[in-house]
Amino acid sequence: MNATMADGVLLSVRGLHTWFELRRWGFIRVGHVRALDDVSFELRRGEAVAVVGESGSGKSTLAKTILGLHLPTKGEIVFDGRVVHGQEDLRWYRSRVGYVQQDPYGALPPFMPVQRILEEPLLVNGVAPKERRLSRISKVLDEVKLTPVEDFLPRFPHMLSGGQQQRLVVARAMILEPQLIVADEPVSMLDASVRVEILQLLRGLQARHNLSVIYITHDLSTVRYFCERVFVMYAGKIIEQAPVRQLVETPRHPYTQALLAAIPDPDPTNAARIRAVPAGEPPSLLHPPSGCRFHPRCPSYMKGICEVEVPPDFEPSAGQLVACYLYDPSIEQLRSEASRA
Amino acid sequence: MTSNGLLSVKDLRLYFRTLKGPVQAVDGVDLTLRGGRTVVVVGESGCGKTSLGRAILRLLPRNVQKYTGQIWLNGLDMMSLSDEQFRKEIRWVRLAMVPQAAMNSLNPVVRVGDQVAEPLLIHGRASSLEEAQKSAAEVFNQVGVPIDFLDRYPFELSGGMRQRVALAMALVTQPDLIILDEPTSALDVLTQANIMNVLKTIKKELGMSFILITHDIATSSELADDAAVMYAGQVVETSRADQFFREPLHPYSRLLMASVPTLHEDKALGFIPGHPPSLINPPKGCRFADRCPSRFDKCSEEPPLFTVEGDRLVKCWLYA
Repeated sequence: MNATMADGVLLSVRGLHTWFELRRWGFIRVGHVRALDDVSFELRRGEAVAVVGESGSGKSTLAKTILGLHLPTKGEIVFDGRVVHGQEDLRWYRSRVGYVQQDPYGALPPFMPVQRILEEPLLVNGVAPKERRLSRISKVLDEVKLTPVEDFLPRFPHMLSGGQQQRLVVARAMILEPQLIVADEPVSMLDASVRVEILQLLRGLQARHNLSVIYITHDLSTVRYFCERVFVMYAGKIIEQAPVRQLVETPRHPYTQALLAAIPDPDPTNAARIRAVPAGEPPSLLHPPSGCRFHPRCPSYMKGICEVEVPPDFEPSAGQLVACYLYDPSIEQLRSEASRA
Repeated sequence: MTSNGLLSVKDLRLYFRTLKGPVQAVDGVDLTLRGGRTVVVVGESGCGKTSLGRAILRLLPRNVQKYTGQIWLNGLDMMSLSDEQFRKEIRWVRLAMVPQAAMNSLNPVVRVGDQVAEPLLIHGRASSLEEAQKSAAEVFNQVGVPIDFLDRYPFELSGGMRQRVALAMALVTQPDLIILDEPTSALDVLTQANIMNVLKTIKKELGMSFILITHDIATSSELADDAAVMYAGQVVETSRADQFFREPLHPYSRLLMASVPTLHEDKALGFIPGHPPSLINPPKGCRFADRCPSRFDKCSEEPPLFTVEGDRLVKCWLYA
């Protein structure tokens, strides 16, 4: 990688594997759930990427591995030019990464008032004196528009509405002035009318502080409004990455195409048509299919190619990486070889 | 009295008793549905849409303070029936429901085939277990569950399959109307599209009528013939689906529609500032007035339903 590119990169993830060991009766190893299998990508400063996929595709595991909540089985995370490895690094790293959880009520301690919730991370990271902590708290509350600040400081989480709770979670993620925010389904528990408000808030904070954001979601339709790039995950792997518009207009991977075709826009003509949906369910991550993990459900499955080896990333158009043999430049040759065999 | 059409609800009220005072979950709802059609009831959480579904099916908790109004099903006045008559003749015979998070509402220790067959035995539609299971197998076919799943337990099925089983259970007695309460909200996108395909097929082939209760406006358009928007316990707009999705009338419906992100077209997204009023002591006039961008003096009085464009109903003074 050349130096000019590396300058803009905040987070670089290389060959990340997170496997969970499965045991029977507590000690006999019966295999691994390969929740994350060889994931690599780079995130630039000030860039927002979305990670989309169905439940069980490994998107939350990716978020938690990046946050350091799961330790990767293999692979490395490089943050701001420093490899994150060991307790010392982890402590340094965690204070620079904010986490916005899915369920705001579950993520907030019910017995702490707002002030205490926001002061805790500052205390843990040794921000003193008290005046400095308080001014930071009121600045953050102001930024997430929980104003007037004095009204909110003594309140407990249950005294806030769902939208306000999620703002508080965002405030807590922002309190240490992080460079990266990982938001795991930040709006899936909220009503449609509040969702946009929270997403616009995150987008505003991102622009103002030149934050990088990883936005984990299953809802592709919100992505185009809030992100620059999208990663599509299936069965523990990133199968396609592209700028949002490119992905929505020309999806390349058969799975991405199916996913986009399945998402309805509010339109009364929907009622008259049956959508083409690939049959079956995502595979078990204990024994994933050989080769491309989508091949048992794929409408363009090529026998003798897809199930043999895991497809590498191809780049059919600039900036769009697709892990699918359909975009292999030498596919015709492969096909004739496969048919001869 | 309007008793024409399949279902007709008039001035339905359902209040719950709480320590802080009565919660007016459903407050004067009118709704009509013709046979073979689907009406979607959309609204935010806490607007009373689930309570409406439960009120129609008379599945009430113990703390009911008030349950009044009229519900007619095929010309039959359901409110005049006793609870026992209602249980024997209406619930799961002519009116069935797929409850919220239906996939988690199956009995974990009973084989799914037996669960689906059970309503037939209870309501005397089948003389033996074998006969009931045969009908269950037919319904499994309709909803796209492989027949050999009849002998499985719920934990052996995926979420999408369990949702189909719950749907099969509602279909098995061949009711006139099925109430679907958030049938796809816990499912993945592809599974959701699959379930919607199943519902569309059933609607077309069996001429089934549905009430679809949901907060997901984009998905609701998959099945809708008519739309009703609920806000703070009241229906604020009813329209035909094609009119509603193209141009909603009530200011709340408009803002709600503007907050729905679209994948395939560009539009500016909006949100609704503030939050819905408490249903314990709702405001006197229009309940949306506090958050409404087109509020004026008249809004301090409660608006009636105005008829617009022939058959659309809007509860807003703008259309007086």
